Amino acid sequence: MTYILLSSGLFLGWSLGSNDAANVFGTAVGTKMIKFRTAAWIAAIFVILGAVIEGSGASGTLGKLGSINTMPGAFTVALAAAITVAFMTKLKLPVSTSQAIVGAIIGWNMFSGSLTDMTSLTKIVVTWILCPFLSALIAIVLYRFFKFFLAKAKIHLLDLDAYTRIGLIIACAFGSYSLGANNIGNVMGVFTFSSPFHDINVYNLFTISGNQILFLFGGVAIAIGIFTYSQKVIKTVGKSLFKLSPVTAFIVVLSQSIVLYLFASTEIRDAFMSLGLPKYPLVPVSSSQAVIGAIIGIAIAKGGRNIQFKVLGRISSGWITTPVIAGIISFVALFFVQNVFDQQVYYKKPYSLSSEVMVQLDKEGFPIDKIKSFEGTRFSTGLRLQQNLKKIKDLTKNDKSMIYSIAAVDSFYIYPVYFKEIESEKILTYEQLKSLETLSKQSFSHEWEFQDELISISTDWKYRTEKQMNYLSYNKHLKKQYNFIFHFFRIY
Amino acid sequence: MAILFKTSKMIEMQIDDFLNIISEAGILFKKGLENYLKDNTTEFEKRLNAVSEHERKADELRLNIEKQLYMHTLIPESRGDVLAILENTDRVIDDIKEALQVFAIEHPEIPEKFDERFLELADSSIESVESLIRSVRAFFKDISSVSDHIYKVKFYEREADKIAMSLKNEIFQADIHLSQKMHLRFCTQQIERISDSAEDMSERLAIYTIKRQI
Repeated sequence: MTYILLSSGLFLGWSLGSNDAANVFGTAVGTKMIKFRTAAWIAAIFVILGAVIEGSGASGTLGKLGSINTMPGAFTVALAAAITVAFMTKLKLPVSTSQAIVGAIIGWNMFSGSLTDMTSLTKIVVTWILCPFLSALIAIVLYRFFKFFLAKAKIHLLDLDAYTRIGLIIACAFGSYSLGANNIGNVMGVFTFSSPFHDINVYNLFTISGNQILFLFGGVAIAIGIFTYSQKVIKTVGKSLFKLSPVTAFIVVLSQSIVLYLFASTEIRDAFMSLGLPKYPLVPVSSSQAVIGAIIGIAIAKGGRNIQFKVLGRISSGWITTPVIAGIISFVALFFVQNVFDQQVYYKKPYSLSSEVMVQLDKEGFPIDKIKSFEGTRFSTGLRLQQNLKKIKDLTKNDKSMIYSIAAVDSFYIYPVYFKEIESEKILTYEQLKSLETLSKQSFSHEWEFQDELISISTDWKYRTEKQMNYLSYNKHLKKQYNFIFHFFRIY
Repeated sequence: MAILFKTSKMIEMQIDDFLNIISEAGILFKKGLENYLKDNTTEFEKRLNAVSEHERKADELRLNIEKQLYMHTLIPESRGDVLAILENTDRVIDDIKEALQVFAIEHPEIPEKFDERFLELADSSIESVESLIRSVRAFFKDISSVSDHIYKVKFYEREADKIAMSLKNEIFQADIHLSQKMHLRFCTQQIERISDSAEDMSERLAIYTIKRQI
């Protein structure tokens, strides 16, 4: 059953392969510099690699937007997004899987009464708007550079042709890798909370996480989409957009690949941060908008003629129409799946302002007097809590998000039977494992409660502060370890 | 990848050879005309044969280059333009051969006083061809200097025009039979035509150059 429920994600993956992947190598095939079969093979291989190796970055942000906690729920959300993409493609409207899945997740949040993390949503929307502009900017810089370089380098036309082909092949590989890394979250991100796969240790050499196995399936679905349908999309997209020379086609592929990679790679983001630049979110962006951005960038660099402002209008309309349509389809579909097919599309995530929660809030420095009237109240959904908190006037955004994270009720039970399996995965340190074992048969009703208990036993469970060495990578790994054990001991 | 570069290098060499042949044919034409004017028939025959041979080789090379470009689907974007460049440049060598053949077949009687003027005309015409060859080479290797060479093609074509005009004037004012006047005018036009073809080609090249900008 679980695997059948994954099918909608695979359908979404297929449509991503046939639509979005075509954007990566469409210009290269359109200019006849690379044969379709060559491009398709390169794209298929590198999409899978990108998805498995670096897919977790951008899918994390989607997870924050809404943690869809049952397989039937994830199935319906992915299906709603896939239907939206297929439907809008049929109507020849601009569509992006990224925008469809975000709309569908919000649809689930509304249906299940879960809270939509507005900070994540704002980050995502800002990134969408930023994406084509950034792509255009990179294309302009690259165009200027190549124009200057080619004038100086005096390369023979035929040599340039050979170099451009090699460049295009590399750029297509990079673009496909970036697409896999950036967009796999769209396809499989909703399944990460209810994934049926566990981590696998391969001969003690390396560990493949459950999510990576999930992403591998998604990657294969994208690859199938590339082989079966993208040629048709290239024929229409590749030619009708703009006439590109081989070198400009290379610049377009490279620019959009850089943008996709920028919003997928945690390494690049960490490198940016270590240079003192602001932290930016890793978000699935639309490859088609990145391509259009890059092409417009080249048109600007060439003197600003032939810019089709209609295209720009169509892009921005997609930012709104796609998520709205996907959200509505998702909501309606969830209703059907729940009531007609009798499937549990979500687990209720209640919130409680119990005395323990109040103490914890007080410890975190929250002025608990403001919410004293709610002490001891339990809210069936996040939405209920949100509505009640609206009544209190002087609560800041930060205050609210602190309440949401601490008051969220979870349930963990430390089954001793899992210890062997956890040990064999070799994800936790010896100290961590020992501390976990001392909590055997205990139960916790909040993540922070479980976490605090672990920290009190072993310092190996403590996050590093900014002043400590390698705090970024250490904390990232620790977070992974926490999620790993939460996944094991969470009971619904 | 290595094959890709090997094929490219081979075609580059063939294109260079092709352009060398046309350039040489121009020099041979000048030498041949000199021999004709000095009544050095054996040398003239040799030059004529050499030009014919060059023309044949150029045809062969051109066809081979075209075939290779299609077979290996090279330069898809500029293939059509490159073929047009090769074909039109080939037309110039055809004109050179035809002009020399006119002298070989029709044996025009050229009064000695026009010798110098005919040589001047040939010089300017062949100079325009030389500039054209340089501009075609630049099209392949150094796109930014194409326009400088094209400017020279135009300059020498205008020079050839002026010389041809004044030569024709002189011919028709000379005290010779009308049939001889018309024959000499025809020979003048044949030499002038070489620079006209070069100029036509250079105008097309200017457009192809704009298309080649990235």
